[in-house]
Amino acid sequence: MSTQTLDAKSLSPMGIVFKRLKRNKMAVAALFILILLTLIALFAPLLTPYDRDQLDLANSYQKPSAEHWLGTDDLGRDTFTRLIYGGRVSLSVGLVSTAISLLIGVFLGAIAGYSGGWVDNLIMRIVDVFMCFPFFVIAIAIAAVLGPSIYNVMLISGVLSWTKICRIVRAEVMAIKGREFIEAAISLGLEGREIITKHILPNVLAPIIVYATLGIAIGILSEAGLSFLGLGVKQPQPSWGNMLAAAQSLRSLRLHWWLWIPPGMMVLMTILSINILGDGLRDAFDPKLKR
Amino acid sequence: MSKPLIEITHLKKYFPIHGGIFSKKVGDIKAVDDITFSIGEGEIFGLVGESGCGKSSAGRAISNLYKPTAGKVVFDGEVIFDVDENYYIEKKKMQAMRRNIQMIFQDPFASLDPRMSIGAIVSEGLIKHKIMGKEEALERTKELLEICGLDKSNVTKYPHEFSGGQRQRIGIARSLALNPKFIIADEPTAALDVSIQAQVLTLMQELKESMGLTYLFISHDLSLVRYFCDRLGIMYLGSFVEIGTAEQLFDNTMHPYSQALLSAVPKSHPSEVKERIILEGDVPSPSNPPKGCKFHTRCPQAMEICSKVAPVMVEVEPGHTVWCHLVK
Repeated sequence: MSTQTLDAKSLSPMGIVFKRLKRNKMAVAALFILILLTLIALFAPLLTPYDRDQLDLANSYQKPSAEHWLGTDDLGRDTFTRLIYGGRVSLSVGLVSTAISLLIGVFLGAIAGYSGGWVDNLIMRIVDVFMCFPFFVIAIAIAAVLGPSIYNVMLISGVLSWTKICRIVRAEVMAIKGREFIEAAISLGLEGREIITKHILPNVLAPIIVYATLGIAIGILSEAGLSFLGLGVKQPQPSWGNMLAAAQSLRSLRLHWWLWIPPGMMVLMTILSINILGDGLRDAFDPKLKR
Repeated sequence: MSKPLIEITHLKKYFPIHGGIFSKKVGDIKAVDDITFSIGEGEIFGLVGESGCGKSSAGRAISNLYKPTAGKVVFDGEVIFDVDENYYIEKKKMQAMRRNIQMIFQDPFASLDPRMSIGAIVSEGLIKHKIMGKEEALERTKELLEICGLDKSNVTKYPHEFSGGQRQRIGIARSLALNPKFIIADEPTAALDVSIQAQVLTLMQELKESMGLTYLFISHDLSLVRYFCDRLGIMYLGSFVEIGTAEQLFDNTMHPYSQALLSAVPKSHPSEVKERIILEGDVPSPSNPPKGCKFHTRCPQAMEICSKVAPVMVEVEPGHTVWCHLVK
């Protein structure tokens, strides 16, 4: 599909989706916020004069000022600096854990849906087993065994959350498998692998993309949750979750609002933006759903 | 009849019915129940019957899209499958063989991948079988589109931008891309309006002559097959009731079911005298077809023997065979 040229008249199905998405103002705003957050996280070192872990014990618990935009924490570290570095952790955990769950879920879901029979049965029983795990209990147990680190959080959240996308993909694949263009592809002599990658997956892209956006939100939330419990990202590396955790003393809650409101707002804003974008994408992919 | 290109022997296709708590197999839908026929090179064979009689299933079983339950299909001297001998052609060989057996589908809205451009759809087979490189395949696609009466600039467009008739032409262009010998057309005109039907049929006729094609033409439209097909097979509940050339079948109809079916063709002239035979009752379930002759429950001329013994094939004239106790 690399050589196709699109003129104004002839839009690819993806082009149409994008055009519809552009009409949804909320979704565009959400996308803009997310791009902004990503850019801030990427260029964190350029945006702040301070080092991430630079201690300044003489200046602990400083209120927001021109020098320290969002004040300093108990060790005199600049909160704004830690906040934007924390965005790196949160966003990368969200992306990587979603990528892991997509990789497993789409692969197994496509095979289950396309092959049917005992292969389908086997994969679905594995899904059932994984779905029995209560997420946080298992996540805490694994984190306790593997030790708290950003990579373990990615792995845990990815490996525990692929079942939903697997079921979605399986159902979609089964529906598309019965369409005549799949028979046409078989008639042309294509192999099962080629049919899945060239004809089936492009047609189940819509639910995958919608799920993936929402999955990123779940990934960020579970990172925040695990870090808050002390089982996620470890100090001194900052993440929104462990910044919240560090500020959970009553004294901080009462006196040092700049320690917990900004990371809380960041989590809220990110999740909200992702969810709005996800909803917008779903509407753009399926105009029939629109009220 | 010229040298046979494809021979179908005792082909059966049953779909299992699952029921009960443990979804045990409780029966079979006998979609195709023991059909035998062959199609000569350059011939158009029409497979006719009412909805649900197994025409489409027969087409898909012949092209090996469905796994057959029993029977044997030989294409151009090569055995594709022979269930009795437990022989199935290798997967790789079958994929290569598909070059010569192409299908045109009934629903032009379902048979084109909505996410692929027309160029990608038509050239897919060419690239898969490494007949041409990408650039060359695109050129060939443009040629094919023009052969099928579409503008070559359409290669970058997507299926949703076309009407039903145009889509069907794209489907035909795709089936022609591999230069096949044999095309199974599964009601290619059923979803089109009458003026477009004529265009598509004329196109298929022209292509047959210019490219030396052989068709298996599946249809329920009798007034259409009469002029389009060389030979016809009339199916009822998964089996043939009568096979013959179009003239033989229309001028010397032997089987009561064929007679009833052909009487439903509208009169071509107001002064023509024609008696419409109306059949009583519904088509019996293909999971439990009547014993003996399958048609006896609705046959206006049923005799005692019909409900007990299945009729055998009788050749009434060369190339014209009937399965009926009335014919001796």
